[in-house]
Amino acid sequence: MSDKPTKVYFYGTCLVDLFFPDAGMAGIQLLRQAGVEVIFPEGQTCCGQPAFNCGYWEEARDVARTQVALFPKDLPVILPSGSCAGMMKVHYPELFHSQPDEARVRAFSARVYELTQFLVDVLDVKLKDLGEPVKVTWHSSCHAVRDLGLKGEPQALIGQLSNVELAPLARTHECCGFGGTFSVRQPEISGAMSCDKAADAEATGASVLLSTDGGCLLNVNGTLEAKQSPLRVQHIAEFLWERTHAR
Amino acid sequence: MHAEKEILFRDSASKALLDPQLRANFRRAMDGLITKRRNQFPDPRDLQDLRDLSTTIRSRSLLSLPELLEQFEANCTKNGIKVHWAETCEQANNLVLSIMQAKGAKTLVKGKSMVSEEMHLNAFLESKGIEALESDLGEYIIQLDGETPSHIIMPAIHKNKDQIARQFSQKIKDAKYTEDVDELTAMARKVLREKFLKADAGLSGVNFAVAETGTLCLVENEGNGRMSTHVPPLHIAVMGLEKVVARLEDVAPLYAILTRSATGQAVSTYFNMITGPRGTDEKDGPQEVHLVILDNGRSRMYADPQLRATLRCIRCGACMNHCPVYTRIGGHAYEAIYPGPIGKMVTPQMEGVGVRHDLLHGSSLCGACAEVCPVEIPIPEILVRLRREATHEDVGSNVLGRGTGRTGTEDWAWRIWAGVLKRPALYRVAAWFATRFGKALPASAPLIKNWTRTRTKPVPARRSLSERMRAEGGSHE
Amino acid sequence: MSDARTAILGRLRAAGGAGPLPDLDTAVLERRQWPAAERAERLRKGMEAVHTEFLEATSATWPAVVRAFCDREGLKNLLFGPTCEDGAELARSWAPGGTKLMPYDRPVETFKDELFTGVDAGFTGTVGGVAETGGLLLMPGPAEPRLMSLVPPIHIALLRASTIQDTFWSAVKALGWGRSLPPNALLISGPSKTADIEQTLAYGVHGPKRLIVVLVQDLA
Repeated sequence: MSDKPTKVYFYGTCLVDLFFPDAGMAGIQLLRQAGVEVIFPEGQTCCGQPAFNCGYWEEARDVARTQVALFPKDLPVILPSGSCAGMMKVHYPELFHSQPDEARVRAFSARVYELTQFLVDVLDVKLKDLGEPVKVTWHSSCHAVRDLGLKGEPQALIGQLSNVELAPLARTHECCGFGGTFSVRQPEISGAMSCDKAADAEATGASVLLSTDGGCLLNVNGTLEAKQSPLRVQHIAEFLWERTHAR
Repeated sequence: MHAEKEILFRDSASKALLDPQLRANFRRAMDGLITKRRNQFPDPRDLQDLRDLSTTIRSRSLLSLPELLEQFEANCTKNGIKVHWAETCEQANNLVLSIMQAKGAKTLVKGKSMVSEEMHLNAFLESKGIEALESDLGEYIIQLDGETPSHIIMPAIHKNKDQIARQFSQKIKDAKYTEDVDELTAMARKVLREKFLKADAGLSGVNFAVAETGTLCLVENEGNGRMSTHVPPLHIAVMGLEKVVARLEDVAPLYAILTRSATGQAVSTYFNMITGPRGTDEKDGPQEVHLVILDNGRSRMYADPQLRATLRCIRCGACMNHCPVYTRIGGHAYEAIYPGPIGKMVTPQMEGVGVRHDLLHGSSLCGACAEVCPVEIPIPEILVRLRREATHEDVGSNVLGRGTGRTGTEDWAWRIWAGVLKRPALYRVAAWFATRFGKALPASAPLIKNWTRTRTKPVPARRSLSERMRAEGGSHE
Repeated sequence: MSDARTAILGRLRAAGGAGPLPDLDTAVLERRQWPAAERAERLRKGMEAVHTEFLEATSATWPAVVRAFCDREGLKNLLFGPTCEDGAELARSWAPGGTKLMPYDRPVETFKDELFTGVDAGFTGTVGGVAETGGLLLMPGPAEPRLMSLVPPIHIALLRASTIQDTFWSAVKALGWGRSLPPNALLISGPSKTADIEQTLAYGVHGPKRLIVVLVQDLA
């Protein structure tokens, strides 16, 4: 037990900051509940992924540099997003390849974790379900799985909750169509993918769709709302926190 | 042949999305292929080991590509295969034509070859008065309708049985209307066997070229490849210069992973190894075998350490079978020879990243393609790199059309984006406005307009996370 | 076109980087092994799954098995290679009447039409088989021309159980195909097939409609 970190940094990400602050708060609470002190440095903006993915690497680097500088201590950096964690952990080293500060960035990248990954793989948390019986479905974010390499950590956490039934999507590994700038550069294909994902989620009979990623949630939620579906979406952190803390 | 103006993927993709029949055909077909592939790899460790081995074999081949090509050429020549080189499709077409003309050949039966599609060989030969007939059933079907392949392995996958039945009854002499697949196949067999028998020449692609023995390997199920390469007196093969590997035993694992990845078959019906024309005392086989080795932009890809990975591709098509974009629009919407993720990688490099900038953005970067690629090509990474090339002229590469996709609007957008996000104080102000007034933004505002085609407008929270954490105090250092 | 050659090879060379070659780990191929006694069954399963038909025989009975098949199917003729060992043995025991043995002993140009329209079946030997996936290895040549296994609607192939290898990879090595190959060599796993119409499998598209393997159980 002694080798488990007692202090971590939390990186909110821009989407959580603006659209899902409750998920960010919940993530911080989950870490605190597990006995970890959370530092939330001021000055957080964006990991830089949109510019990186569009080929504007200088701009992405400018932003990334300011973010890396916020986390000077050798502490884990926890993100409530698989996509942004993937950017910081996997793509920062590419982005900073041959840059003067490459070593510094690499050292930072090595400390990056997605929230559920940290809760399961590092903290090995045990959750106690205090909620009413509910049926949920799970959308696995492409970047969380394929970039960052999540191996079922979120599902394992949901599995710990005795009153939660997990109804899988028919196409659990298919992209929801968000893709960052893809959703506005190719709105027709993106929209078609999102509609299929929403229909898949509705067909599970679940009352809520969970995910690690704000981008996917924003996308699927907008699509569900447009078709006036009763299905809601929720960030996994918020869901876990709601069900496990004593009110 | 290169387009001058940008080809907008968004336009053709949107059009394809409106065809529910097409979407249903592709979805059903891709689901089937995904399942069949998965069944071929029951053990994840075996799969990963085989992918690693295949990747290494392809990487090794590329590392010594010029030497292997020379060795391959020397051994082919020793075996009696005449080797020709072409820098461009135009040169390759002219080579095929002159080889045929030298033998007085007027008719050509073709086995499936994507390189010949790349060359637009059929149209070229027809303009010179030579009949070029596709003999792969799928290729034959689309040739009857003057179409191009919509998938690199299953060219007629966009068509259903009724469409083919109608087409055969109209276009094949004495054919009656039937939707029975066996009967339709029998009709094509009858027509094509007559053509094999009479053809002056046969053309094929090459799946693998073996340097050590000077061998052309062909993978197929139908037997039309063998017919095209063994029955006519003249066999012409065309191949991309990346196809060579050192040894036949290196081909074995590549072949194993190719058929499993492509169609979920453990093995194809035929694996045909051609190491020369009709030998002394042989009673059949072509009297002459010619091979045209095509560059067409490949040496340019080769020159770039990252983009070189493009050339590892063994053309299995698994990337398109698993692609959520391809599945919804099919192959024709790409307006390119190679559709799907492989096409998004290859086409811009062959035609120019500027004119194909929009195609490069026709991906959510979900990574499903790279996950199944048998030779582990990091397709999303390469797409991101090519997006950079499209908008930046000066990154020190030799990519065709680099920088020509740059627009002032996008430039400014990213400059402003970075200007705000690298200044936390500015971001703080922007976030404050977004959370207070984001709701008021009209759904018709630029970008939001695109988002709200199928979605409600995203509404920022009333207070940002940073704001709440500031209010909480304590957690900052 | 030597100009193109020089230019292409020049560009590839200029790209440089022919560093040390990474090692190949072939463990995944080496793991694919079966005891000799199980290989025939595995091959058979794989090939039957793609509509190959099997006839059991011994070293002594196989010519009679081939003959019985031809009679049963009412074949008018059977194309064979008179100068290859198996072909010669077949001819020695072939009783007159019924299916006629038709030697492939002249250039194809002299009877191409007949080959395409007047031959019911072709008989060939094999040089081995592949247990892992199912498959026959053939080495056509002067004694057993290439089109015998391709043009007639039925292909009858003689396979000795003792010649079956584990994988295509091990077969390539065992047969020494890596060092030199005849003008044509091939692997055949079943009758010709296609799935180009709505992914529905149809057999007998361009090549043989039926593949009959006469499996000689010659393992001690």
